[in-house]
Amino acid sequence: MNWLLLFEQILNGIQLGLLLFLLAAGLTLIFGIMDLVNLAHGSLYMMGAYFAYSFAGWTDSFVIGVLLALPATLLLGIVVEVVALRTLYDRNHLDQVLATFGLILFFNELVRIIWGPAGLDLPLPDFLNTSVEILPGIPYPTYRLAVIAVGLLVALFLYLLVARTRIGMLIRAGASNREMVGALGVDIKLLYTIVFGLGAALAGLAGMMAAPILTVEVGMGERILIDTFVVIVIGGIGSIRGAFLAALIIGLIDTVGRSILPDLLNLMLPQAAASTAAPALSSMLTYVLMALVLAIRPAGLFPPRGA
Amino acid sequence: MKRLIVGMVSAVALLATPAMAADPVKIGFVTTLTTNAGAIGEDMRNAVELALDHIDRKMGGRDVEVIYADDQFKPDVGKQETVKLVEKEHVDFVAGYIWSHVLLASYKSVVGKGPFLISSNAGPSQIAGKLCDPDFFSTSWQNDQTPMAMGEVLNQKGIKSLYIMAPNYAAGKNMVAGVERTYKGEVVGKDLTKFPDQLDFSAELAKIRAANPEAVFIFYPGGHGPQFFKQYAQAGLKDKIPLYSVFSVDSINIDRLGDLALGTLMTQFWVPDLDFPANKKFVADYKAKYGKYPSFYGAQSYDTIMLIKSAVDAVGGDLSKRDEMRAEMKKANFDSVRGPFTFGNNHFPIQNFYLREVIKDADGKFTTSVVQTVYENHQDPYASECEMK
Repeated sequence: MNWLLLFEQILNGIQLGLLLFLLAAGLTLIFGIMDLVNLAHGSLYMMGAYFAYSFAGWTDSFVIGVLLALPATLLLGIVVEVVALRTLYDRNHLDQVLATFGLILFFNELVRIIWGPAGLDLPLPDFLNTSVEILPGIPYPTYRLAVIAVGLLVALFLYLLVARTRIGMLIRAGASNREMVGALGVDIKLLYTIVFGLGAALAGLAGMMAAPILTVEVGMGERILIDTFVVIVIGGIGSIRGAFLAALIIGLIDTVGRSILPDLLNLMLPQAAASTAAPALSSMLTYVLMALVLAIRPAGLFPPRGA
Repeated sequence: MKRLIVGMVSAVALLATPAMAADPVKIGFVTTLTTNAGAIGEDMRNAVELALDHIDRKMGGRDVEVIYADDQFKPDVGKQETVKLVEKEHVDFVAGYIWSHVLLASYKSVVGKGPFLISSNAGPSQIAGKLCDPDFFSTSWQNDQTPMAMGEVLNQKGIKSLYIMAPNYAAGKNMVAGVERTYKGEVVGKDLTKFPDQLDFSAELAKIRAANPEAVFIFYPGGHGPQFFKQYAQAGLKDKIPLYSVFSVDSINIDRLGDLALGTLMTQFWVPDLDFPANKKFVADYKAKYGKYPSFYGAQSYDTIMLIKSAVDAVGGDLSKRDEMRAEMKKANFDSVRGPFTFGNNHFPIQNFYLREVIKDADGKFTTSVVQTVYENHQDPYASECEMK
C-alpha cells in the first residue's frame, strides 16, 4: 500500500465527510427537534448552489456570490417553513414525507423554469483553482482544502452555538424533550423557524461548496440526500456531535473503501470476480455500515443525551 | 337498387383505402427529456423534427406522427413508457434509447410484439449477440466498437501504460471490454464508478496520479463528461497525463468543456465535418434551425427517421408488409449522414470509425474535426454470436 496515496484518500474522505456534515447537521436538528421528516432538504442544497451560481455571475466574484447566497437560502428556508411546513408538525411522518416530496418536485420544476434544464458550471476564482503541494509529490486541489477549512469552521461555530448560547441550550433541550420545552413557555414556533432556517442555510452552504466540484443541476440534491440520511441514522437523530462523527466516518469509508477495496479483493478473489465485485461492494459499504449500526445500536452511535 | 349497390360499394371503398391514407405512421421515440441528461433527449428530438421537416412529414404517402416518451434516465420508467407505446398507442415503430440499461430493460416489450425496434444510440453487447432479433435495427453502433478504435489509436501512439475509467453499467462494461480488446500495452488500473450517482472522482483521480500511467481512457457520457474533465484539471492532471475519451465530449456539453477539452482526442463513427451531401445538409440545416452544432445523438436519430422512411416508402405505406419492410431496412438504402454503410447479420451497422479532435471553428465555436480514419467497414465482435444470417 502506498502511504502517500492513503493519506491523500483520507483527505478526500474528510472533505466528503465535512460536506455531508453540513447537510446532516441541519437535517438531524430538523428531524430531532421538530420531529419533521424533511425530504426537501436536498432541494435547499440545490437552491443554495443555484443562488451561488446567479449571485457569483452578477457580482463576478465567487466569494461575494457565496456570501449573498447564504442569507438567501436562510430566507428561503424560513419562507418554506412558514408557508408549507407549519401545518405538518401535527401530522404523521407519512404525510410529511408526501408533502416534502411534493416540495422536491416543486423546486426541481422551478429551477427548470428559471435556470433551464442544462447543467451549469460555477467557475472558481484563480486563487482557489490551483493545487498546493501538501507533501512532496502530492499536489492537492486548493479548493478541496478550502472546503475542509469551511467545514471545520462551521463545525466549530455550531459547537459554540449549541454548547455556549441560549439558543443552543433551547436546541439541546428541544432535541431531548420537546414537550417539556413547550411546557416551560418557550416560543416553540419561533425556535422551529430558527432551526429550520439554520438547517436550510447549512444545506445551501453545502450546495455552494459542492457546486464548483460538481455541476449545478436539477436533481443534484436527491443524490446526496440518501447519504445524508445514512449519516444521521448512524450518528443518532438529533445529535450534532453524532452527525459530525458519522459524516466523517461515512466520508472516509466511502472514499477510502472505493480506493482500496479493489486491491483487497484482488488478493482474496480471482481477478475476474474481484473486478465485478469491487465496484458493487464499494458502493454498498456505507449501507452495510448503517445496517450494522441499526442492528447493534438502533439509536445511533452518538444519540443526544436524554433521548 | 342499382343506386343502393353503387352507394354501398363506394362506401366500402371509402372505408377501405382512404382509412389507410388517413392513419398516420406512428413512431414512439423513447429518450431522456428530464434530469441532467435531458439536454441529450432535446438534441435527439430536434434532429427527429429536422428529419421530419426534410421529408415533409410524410412516409409512403402517409402522415407521420412521432410520440416522444421520457425514460427519466431510469430502466424501469423506460420499460413502462415502452409498454405504453406498444400496447396503448399501438405504434408501428419504437425508436430512441440513449442508455444501454434502459434499452435492455425495454427490449422484450417490443421485439416479437409487433412494432420494429430501432436503437438510435444504445448498443449493448447482448442485443448484438445472443439476444439479436430480426425486428431490431441499430442506426448507431455496438458499444465495443468505438473504444476498440480508440485502443488501436493508443497502440499507434505507442502508449505503453493505460488507466481506464467508466461508469458501472451495461454500456460502461462494454466500453472497457472494447478498449481492452485491442489495446496492446499494460492496463495499470481500472475503476468502474457508480452510475449515475457518483459525480465526485477524487478517490479515483488520486489513484491515477499514484499509478502514473502514460495515458487515461474514459467513457463518461452526457453531464458526467464535463464533471470528469473539470476534476481532472482541478487535480492538476490535465497537463501531465493525456486524456483519451469516447462519448464523453459531444456538441451538447462541448461549450461547457471549452478549453478543458481543446485538443483532446476521441473516436466516433460520425463527425460534423464528414464530407457527404446528406451530412452537409443535416449539419447546415440543424445549425440554421437551432443555432448550434448537432451531436452524434442527433445524427443517429436523424438516420433513424430516414431508415424508417426507406422501409415505409418501399411498401408504399402498407405497413402490413412487414417482411418487405424488414428486407428493405436490411439494405440500409438511404442517404446516411455517416455515408454509405451496410447492416451486419445482427442488424448493427458495419461502418467506418474516425479519430476526432476538439477544435475551434472559424466562428470561434468549439466542435470536433476528423484527424484520420481508424477502421473501415468495421463489424462488432458479437455478430458471430447472433444466430441470424
